[in-house]
Amino acid sequence: MTEPLLSVRDLRVQFPTRRGVLTAVDGVSFDIHPGEILGVVGESGAGKSQTGAAIIGLLEPPGRIAGGRIILEGQRIDGLTQEQLRKVRGRKIGAVFQDPLTSLNPLYTVGRQLTETIRTHLDMSERAARARALELLQEVGIPGAADRLDAYPHQFSGGMRQRVVIALALCANPRLIIADEPTTALDVSIQAQITSLLKRLCREHDTAVMLITHDMGVIAETADRVAVLYGGRLAEVGPVDDVVNRPLHPYTEGLMACIPTTHDRPPRLAQIEGSMPSLTAMPDGCAFHPRCPHAHDRCVAERPPLFDHAPSSAACWLWSSEGTRTLERTRA
Amino acid sequence: MRDDGHTPPLLDEDGRPVLVRLRGLTKHFDVSPPLLSRVLEGKRRRILKAVDGIDLDIPRGRTTALVGESGCGKSTVARMLVTLYTPTDGDLIFEGTEIGRLRDRHALAPVRRRMQMIFQDPFASLNPRWRVGRIIAEPIRAHGLMDDGAAIRRRVAELLEHVGLRATDADRFPHEFSGGQRQRLSIARALASSPHFLVCDEPTSALDVSVQAQILNLLRDLQRELGLTYLVITHDLAVVRFVADTIGVMYLGRLCELAPADALFAAPRHPYTRLLIETVPDLRVPDRDRRPMAGEVPSPLAPPPGCAFHTRCPLATERCMSERPAMIRDAHGTVACHAVEEGRLPDWTPAQRTAP
Repeated sequence: MTEPLLSVRDLRVQFPTRRGVLTAVDGVSFDIHPGEILGVVGESGAGKSQTGAAIIGLLEPPGRIAGGRIILEGQRIDGLTQEQLRKVRGRKIGAVFQDPLTSLNPLYTVGRQLTETIRTHLDMSERAARARALELLQEVGIPGAADRLDAYPHQFSGGMRQRVVIALALCANPRLIIADEPTTALDVSIQAQITSLLKRLCREHDTAVMLITHDMGVIAETADRVAVLYGGRLAEVGPVDDVVNRPLHPYTEGLMACIPTTHDRPPRLAQIEGSMPSLTAMPDGCAFHPRCPHAHDRCVAERPPLFDHAPSSAACWLWSSEGTRTLERTRA
Repeated sequence: MRDDGHTPPLLDEDGRPVLVRLRGLTKHFDVSPPLLSRVLEGKRRRILKAVDGIDLDIPRGRTTALVGESGCGKSTVARMLVTLYTPTDGDLIFEGTEIGRLRDRHALAPVRRRMQMIFQDPFASLNPRWRVGRIIAEPIRAHGLMDDGAAIRRRVAELLEHVGLRATDADRFPHEFSGGQRQRLSIARALASSPHFLVCDEPTSALDVSVQAQILNLLRDLQRELGLTYLVITHDLAVVRFVADTIGVMYLGRLCELAPADALFAAPRHPYTRLLIETVPDLRVPDRDRRPMAGEVPSPLAPPPGCAFHTRCPLATERCMSERPAMIRDAHGTVACHAVEEGRLPDWTPAQRTAP
């Protein structure tokens, strides 16, 4: 296997508050390889956006990285100063957020925002930067790009704005794009356009994408591998087909079963009782045990580490070396 | 109890009793620049045709869904139904009474008691300063349904238990509940006046998937127990597939297809319906080589002439560009498409790509 582009090891993100320290991301580890799309899924509050924000150094204060390592192309990027981080951000990591309107400056033309970003990161003349800006707009599929270069963000539709944001993220040819809910604010017929654009860019430039979303349908069609987060912890990580169709973790199992599909109409949807615990009331042991149909004494007392069961791994005692599922699998 | 006795029941074309009938329902919003700009700068009046002539029968005891993308007018229809908006034109008949032209609060009150709405955002639709008991009792008090405090408390406790919460939750505040529990509170409040008709505008869009399943199951159970009629507004086709008996697909203020849910998913006919079903990623049957349909929804301020969908339609002909297609009913449902009428609609194969 090739060297991973990004390695996250045991990442912890904490928010000191008046009522104590909240741990939003708690010991999350994963790798992203060059040209790979890693889907990061979870419910609201699971820590998926905070993981992304920690990697690009955009945690909202008072949030901070309290532990672990983030390694990009062999270089540690957690603990860099803001000044050093600014060079990594944009140059090596691009970002695409949910709402394209807030990522663009309404007072500047799209062309100016692009050329400025290009010249911040690459040593280029104004003219060359403008030519590259035009190329980028064409690449992300904006019709009549030459005429739209001098248009303002409000003159673009939602889908077109998200394309502009993707062009901005691509300015300096980054190795990794962190896309946080890039299609959530868009209409369904536009969502497919944006995900297929991301896939194409990934393929053509060998850019890796960390795709953060709550939409499992988008993940199933776009990602190569998936990391499932629950209560700030990694529940399961593995190839997309395995996680969707042969999930290891009971939470993943429940999650996949309760998503309605357009292909059939069951009398009832499967449901996971209760809801995800809040960060202020995280249970001992496994975070999922109060909702888990398979929970036993050990789950209540002891937090499970990530057990490897190629091709996936899951943080669940059922998959420990003496866990019941492991035994079933070896017998089968 | 359901029938008020003095109005003959309306029947739809399949002979089912109709709770709500829309005929040519229209809502225009005047979004013109101010008068001074029009006079001095010669700017023209602009009318947004949010809903442009909709015919729909909502049968009793069943779930009808309206789907479409943002700006298609589905929420405007919902708001006219619950009398929050007054229609510009057309008929809106609820339980045999024309309610679209009622203006008087007192005349509207008995109608409003029998219909309630559930909103998308359970964080915005519950008063954060009120205890849950007071929130849920609000419709009972507003409509003067009970005046004995103890009876109201008993009714609130019963409602809370009905939606899967505890009677003791009446003393808590909304912020003490999770998103899914808050949506249960909204449902309990909506049921407080014993309505016949619930309008649910994106009832689960703000919720996480594991909670969405709980709410969708609850809505289904309540319908079975109480014989409720639902109109569900959503953009989520998987949710629609689960909840709806009949589905209406809207595009730029018009209905383009109306059909029983099974028929619509088995064999969608309008090219826009096909586009929607084709482009929604599905967890069970992912299409990793998807080639998405190009183009975007045109502005509702300047909808294309003829069939509003012709700018994105692979089957568009000259007739589609000039003549607005009428809704034509046959054995499979109702559809407004010249290609269907002229018999040049290609067969539907679920794996086909509608895009070139």
